[in-house]
Amino acid sequence: MSRLARRFWPEAATAIGLIIAPYVLPSLGFAPDTVSRIVMWGLFGIGFDILFGYTGLLSFGQSAFFGTGGFVAAYLLTNNIISSVMLALVIGTVGAMVAGVLVGVIALRRTGIYFAMITVAIAEVFFFLENSPLSDYTGGENGLPGVPAPVFSIAGHTWQVTTGWSMYAFIAICFFVGIVIARAIIHSSVGAIFVAIRENPTRVQALGHSVWLYKLAAFVIASAYAGFAGGLLGILQGYMPPDAFTFDTSGQLVMQTVIGGAGTLFGPLFGAAVWLYLRDFLQGPVGLGAAWQLALGLIFVLLVIFLRRGLIGGVADLLARRRPHAEPPEESAVIDTTSSLATVGPTARQRQPGTAEGAPILETRNLTKRYGGLFANKGIAFQVMEGELRGVIGPNGAGKSTFFKMLTCEVHPTEGQIMFNGRDITGMDVSRVCQLGLTKSYQINQLFNRLTVRQNIEIAVLATRRGRFRLDLLRPLHRVPGLATQVQQTLELVRLTLRADVPVADLAYGEKRRLEIGLALASSPTLLLLDEPLAGMSPRERVETVQMLRNVSRGRTMIVIEHDMDAMFELAERITVLHEGQFLAEGTPAEIQRNAFVQEAYLGGVAAA
Amino acid sequence: MLNWPNLVSQFFNGLALGAVLALISSGLTIIYGTLGVLNLAHGAMFMLGGYAGYVVWAATGSFLLAVLGGSIFVGVVGLFIELVVIRRFYGRPPEDQILVTFGIGIVIVELVRLAFGSLSVTVPTPPILSGVMHLGFLFYPTYRIAVLVIAVLALGVLYIILYRTRLGLIVRAGIEDSGMVSILGINVYRVFLLVFGIGAMAAGFAGIIHAPVVAPTPDVGATILVETFVVVVIGGIGSFPGAVLGGLISGEILSLTSAIDPAYSEVMLFVVMTLVLMLRPEGLLGVRGRA
Repeated sequence: MSRLARRFWPEAATAIGLIIAPYVLPSLGFAPDTVSRIVMWGLFGIGFDILFGYTGLLSFGQSAFFGTGGFVAAYLLTNNIISSVMLALVIGTVGAMVAGVLVGVIALRRTGIYFAMITVAIAEVFFFLENSPLSDYTGGENGLPGVPAPVFSIAGHTWQVTTGWSMYAFIAICFFVGIVIARAIIHSSVGAIFVAIRENPTRVQALGHSVWLYKLAAFVIASAYAGFAGGLLGILQGYMPPDAFTFDTSGQLVMQTVIGGAGTLFGPLFGAAVWLYLRDFLQGPVGLGAAWQLALGLIFVLLVIFLRRGLIGGVADLLARRRPHAEPPEESAVIDTTSSLATVGPTARQRQPGTAEGAPILETRNLTKRYGGLFANKGIAFQVMEGELRGVIGPNGAGKSTFFKMLTCEVHPTEGQIMFNGRDITGMDVSRVCQLGLTKSYQINQLFNRLTVRQNIEIAVLATRRGRFRLDLLRPLHRVPGLATQVQQTLELVRLTLRADVPVADLAYGEKRRLEIGLALASSPTLLLLDEPLAGMSPRERVETVQMLRNVSRGRTMIVIEHDMDAMFELAERITVLHEGQFLAEGTPAEIQRNAFVQEAYLGGVAAA
Repeated sequence: MLNWPNLVSQFFNGLALGAVLALISSGLTIIYGTLGVLNLAHGAMFMLGGYAGYVVWAATGSFLLAVLGGSIFVGVVGLFIELVVIRRFYGRPPEDQILVTFGIGIVIVELVRLAFGSLSVTVPTPPILSGVMHLGFLFYPTYRIAVLVIAVLALGVLYIILYRTRLGLIVRAGIEDSGMVSILGINVYRVFLLVFGIGAMAAGFAGIIHAPVVAPTPDVGATILVETFVVVVIGGIGSFPGAVLGGLISGEILSLTSAIDPAYSEVMLFVVMTLVLMLRPEGLLGVRGRA
């Protein structure tokens, strides 16, 4: 398949599916009205899937935006304020997006279960507002009757949308446009960052992206789809019902998405088909009457327990199992120093103008972190010169990792100051610090486990290419200038080129460690912090990695925490020793080895005795 | 009308409602704090308590037996759900736990609807507690005061379980650090089972004592669940004192705003929740870090 065909076959399949649906589905017992509803729910769900399936934010409050979009459009149309149905739909969508921004700003202050609870609560308030205070505009419990269907005039031809398949055609076109836009978003840089946020938001932030703004973007995109679909509901029924605002609407959307398969964009459509078909089928031919919802509830619970990825995910897993693919070979970390590749790689950024030559690139003054009565770090004064390779050592519990976390602004100090490139970065957000050129590789791998090696590195490079936040929603990821080259260079530098398309979860431990370092490198830092880069590696991997770090350090300033003293004495130019949260000594490896205080700290006074 | 007796009576209503909300929320909050599971079926447990109590009352005519039988039944249902479903979900992401408890809630609601229909059932006020009391300048329904007293007593029992027993010690330790508790060689699964049962029982108990005030329908749980969420967001999830404080605050907001304009009571509740989120995102008595 050509690249174009690979990218766009789902769109083509969607178009074909939507066109043949009216010829196939009636023989399966679907009424035209049911099919229109399925597609409307499918469109509503596309946005929700971007929010939940891709970005990992489970909202139980989508009814708020569905209702807002629907009532704004219906109000404009039924009061003859606007005659164009399409324009009313667009204004309704914008209204829903505004509501999305307001709600998102509040709900996104918290994550996980708090987010779910807050969205539920806020959506409930929308329902109450619609029902009483705003009932003059919304009709309260009666809703708004008499919503007109659109009329289109193109080149002298008039198309009056009525009920039945004509309504279906209108909604199907809307769905098609919706899916084309959604797939463009998913294939953009923003889409890639959404998925990374789902996998590991902390790392996305540490790599220099504004997670909060991207989450808000996903939230507003979801409200836009919800608002448009809400408008379609009014048009489809000729009546805007108040129950669009109820918790049941949000719940139904969540269930349909999970039944069909989250993270697929098409899951909600299939979920809606199952839902509405079962509703008609179980109530009618089977004669379950009101018990149909019980049956659906049971199906839903069983799906969540046994087939979490829904119908689409289940089918995809079956297909994948039938097609086993060969594992690409492992790659050695040994670097051929004769190769020119070993020394290139993502280059460090240019030094900020205004910093004098020989000035420290990093300086801390009286850096202190207190947890209750416990000092993790106390009064640390620390300087690193540009181009230096500094080691930081100390016994377990010396406060090394806390010190690093303060330098990258993951943890803010209780007291003291951090200067980077002559600039005070104390209290700054971790993503801004990364954008300034200071980043860290973690002691415990912080990777995007379900993404491939290449995708992992792309997330890091995107931050350097696009800044903290950018809404280039429709630009494909591969069009980001310089992305491919920089990713390739990083892959070569950490020797993972042959493993580029393997998911992280399938990597060997040593490879994961190299990728962890690669993520930090791909941010093109001027100052790179490495927190125990050799942790858990085999002796051979250690030798290889030390070699790699030596190459990486050319043209860069690096600070390394490490317990492997042999490696440290071999690698570092100067070493700082921390002990019980405080500065103990500093000097060349030879000086540190001879230092009596250091010996005492490590050997507990035996050497001094 | 806004006058003194009315305001005072709404204040008492708020206390009674607040105590009930506190009871339900403490069930939700100790389950979340200990198991790390947000139970979206918790509203359904409240509703189920009302119906189970109704069945016992209809069979025996005794309100006391209805309260005992109803809450024990819901507790057993809770144990069953933990054993059969929740146990499979401890290792899975929080979203999966939310989804599955949401589904369980629907199944319970629909089962009740199937058995009793969509209309409400009536549990009358027990004769001893019916009538009105004369409180100086106002007459107030005796049963509302009884609800307040009973809910406070139940909260007291929960307090004793949490703060004066070995189980409570483990639960509170688990809220601080569940990993550490299992390292200490405590069978966490048995604790989880018990806590889920107790939490469900608290909701069920609240459901039956509240049934004479507001007749239960299959859908009453959804409204209560949303109010419970607001309570724990205000109080700080995982915190028992937070649930009590959040419950009382929410009860008063709902009741006092109703005295002015009932249409805005839920909206007001939400405004307060937003304020808390803005000024103290972890909740009034919540701890940073958890959730």
